[in-house]
Amino acid sequence: MPRSASSPNPVTIRPATLDDVRQVIALDNKITHAPKPDYWHSMFERYGGVAADRFFLVATRHKDLLGFVIGEVRAWEFGSPPAGWIFIIAIDPKARLSGLGSDLFDAMCSCFRNAGVRTVRTMLARDAQLMMSFFRSQGMMAGQFIELEMDLGE
Amino acid sequence: MKLQMATRHAVLAVLELAAQPDRHMSASDIAEKYAISPNHLAKVLRTLGREGLVEAARGVGGGYRFAANARRLNLLEVIGIFEAIGSKAGRDREAGDDTAEGAALRTVLEEIEDTASATLSSITISTMLKMIEKTNARNGV
Repeated sequence: MPRSASSPNPVTIRPATLDDVRQVIALDNKITHAPKPDYWHSMFERYGGVAADRFFLVATRHKDLLGFVIGEVRAWEFGSPPAGWIFIIAIDPKARLSGLGSDLFDAMCSCFRNAGVRTVRTMLARDAQLMMSFFRSQGMMAGQFIELEMDLGE
Repeated sequence: MKLQMATRHAVLAVLELAAQPDRHMSASDIAEKYAISPNHLAKVLRTLGREGLVEAARGVGGGYRFAANARRLNLLEVIGIFEAIGSKAGRDREAGDDTAEGAALRTVLEEIEDTASATLSSITISTMLKMIEKTNARNGV
């Protein structure tokens, strides 16, 4: 699914391959400053490849990975009918404000639609303002669930 | 949740002006569209001008125009000019706060206020304009 085939430097959005994991690890480290290679290899094992309900998409220009998104169709947890969940979306800071995040989001939504679901969902820390603003800008609003938690230390 | 009158006028004026950032619009024209007091709106626009969100131009064709970045400016920043939102807003102590009952009530109210604050800070003026466009499209405007 090439994003802009007519431009001289087209960005391609496609399913991740094992060769992409090294750049995924590097991009995540660049953003979070917390290297976790084992985690990303396990994420690729779970979400990589071709599956009907699990999606790991990357955006690349030539051989450079500019961003990625991971999502899955999940059903009946918390009493919810099947819905697409976006677990993470990450864009190289140098490639931000170019619409690439929106393109990855749209590509993931297409995967979810093809899988037969009509709702996309994500969960964010309350203070993750940048990410929340991004998802809001895509049209996402508060859903019908509220996350509750408790400190077990008391 | 209900916004104070000045806050509501400010948000409406910002949205109106941001929809066409190159256009100057008079306070009375904005007031007429939203059926609000032009005098009150004029005061609100002066406040927004002092904060750098709008610019005023005098003379024929004058009025106000949007002067901020719609992709960066969020609702909490506009609202925060006129009223405090969120549990860190420095509320005055109230009767009963020192009791366990008062503390429990304050905890619940702070949860609500923090959620409101997170919601408002995550919605930019640009996102609001998209929502308005969708509503207009649905209504055939």
